[in-house]
Amino acid sequence: MFRVLLRKELFEQIRTSRLFIVAVVLFITGLISPLLAKYTPVILRSIPDLPAGLAGAIPDPTVVDSVAQYIKNISQFGVLLVILFYMGVIAQEKERGTAAMMLVKPVNRTAVVLSKWLAGALVIVAGIAAAAVAGYGYTVYLFKPISIAGFLWLNFLICVFMLVYLSVAIAASAFARSQGTAALYAFGGLALLLILGSLPWISKVMPGALLDWGAAISLGIIPEARWGALVVSILIIVFLLFSASSKFQKEEI
Amino acid sequence: MIKIENYTKKYGSILALDELSLEVETGSVYGFLGPNGAGKTTTMRLLTGLAKPDNGKAWIMGKQVGIAGEDTRSFIGVLPEEPAFYTWMTPREYLRDYAGPLFGITGQAGVKRADEILELTGLSDAANRRIGGFSRGMRQRLGLAQALIHEPHVLLLDEPVSALDPAGRKEVLDLIVSLRGTATVLLSTHILGDVERVCDVIGIINKGKLILQERSDALMNRYALPLIEIDFDQGLEGFVQFAEKIPVVEKITCENSTVRLLVKEIEQAQKELIPALANDGILVRRFQIVQPSLEDIFLRLTEV
Repeated sequence: MFRVLLRKELFEQIRTSRLFIVAVVLFITGLISPLLAKYTPVILRSIPDLPAGLAGAIPDPTVVDSVAQYIKNISQFGVLLVILFYMGVIAQEKERGTAAMMLVKPVNRTAVVLSKWLAGALVIVAGIAAAAVAGYGYTVYLFKPISIAGFLWLNFLICVFMLVYLSVAIAASAFARSQGTAALYAFGGLALLLILGSLPWISKVMPGALLDWGAAISLGIIPEARWGALVVSILIIVFLLFSASSKFQKEEI
Repeated sequence: MIKIENYTKKYGSILALDELSLEVETGSVYGFLGPNGAGKTTTMRLLTGLAKPDNGKAWIMGKQVGIAGEDTRSFIGVLPEEPAFYTWMTPREYLRDYAGPLFGITGQAGVKRADEILELTGLSDAANRRIGGFSRGMRQRLGLAQALIHEPHVLLLDEPVSALDPAGRKEVLDLIVSLRGTATVLLSTHILGDVERVCDVIGIINKGKLILQERSDALMNRYALPLIEIDFDQGLEGFVQFAEKIPVVEKITCENSTVRLLVKEIEQAQKELIPALANDGILVRRFQIVQPSLEDIFLRLTEV
């Protein structure tokens, strides 16, 4: 039964162009990040009437800027895409009546939640893979080679980071009865995680710390490992999926 | 086959079902009638496990509804009032790749069954079109198709023909009739003519309570108080005032120039009404004795 549900979800990702849009947007983001890092200083220096000395103060771009730009852009666009595309996946089915059509058949509600999450996760992995190919290629081309293993680890951590927000979106969707409410819950969850991530005493174990860890590894810097952030991220995912499933189990459709 | 005992369901302060109890015999077609808001759809939702009763229990084929480990859903087919589908799918995909496999119908058997059921519900020509472009009637046909895909023992149909044209309605009703004996059907509708045509037993629900459950032929006989229909050319108001005073007349309804009189005894009524019309020189186009329809019975029973 899970296979049938997952197949339907994957089919939906393709038919509704969700997979295509995520892959293309992240591929382009991966592509332009090294370009922006490389040419932003050039563009700034070419501004007419730039105050004397300022042009000299603009540093030459390095591979560090390229990776930083890549992480910043992918995480921002990625999280927004994930929230926007997945915050309605369950709420929409409840609202349109397709959930009722599904749940009168011998279907397990936990399997419904997990199939939607797994389909979203596969889209994210595909999108990040597209971004990684573009980002790595252009970084090597415009700057210098960096460790492939390190860059892969960075992208793995970005995936985990995005999966946290996918779980936020799916949980918001399970708790809400309409897409509007789901959006409110999802952006509330996003804001909460961002606020918690900015608190110094807790930031090192929040999902955002994964990005710093990945950046350092990809650049060959010996970093302070953030295993705590990885564990907390996985726990957040598990907690959100468990809550979403429990809520959906009890809900009257 | 289907047994409901004291189903009670409240939505806030509204009592949707008030200790509803009913039984549907194996292989019969049960017409579930009631005015809007009577509790028909709530009953269907409770029977399918989409909602939980505040009190009461139900059994389908001996298994209790809504109990973990006693999943009744694998042998019921459900058509909601407004069936909803994934608009990006085609009917063939929906039946072959989704609805069928959820009931364990896969592979070549799934392909074959999907084609059969598309043919049966008149959707073969639209099998590869996107559901997003379907009319309400076509969606209702597809709703019936997905309810029948696994040849269920029990069918719960909520207003199955409400969106169909007369020809489509006949086709679907004939299909329901053909299921008699092989499947137990609980059919909720407000189209009384359809119930009269296909149902063995009729249950009438009002304000969440079952007010009557009877075999349809027995029901028609029991409530078969005769009616007199008179079409007037003139003198309708005066006649109505006169008829209201005659004890044999139980109820009078007027629609345009037609008066319908529900009477206790037909001969007595004829003896009193016809001379009165003649004496007063009232011109009538038609004076006819008719049998009451289920609609008349239904209105009598659900009257406030």
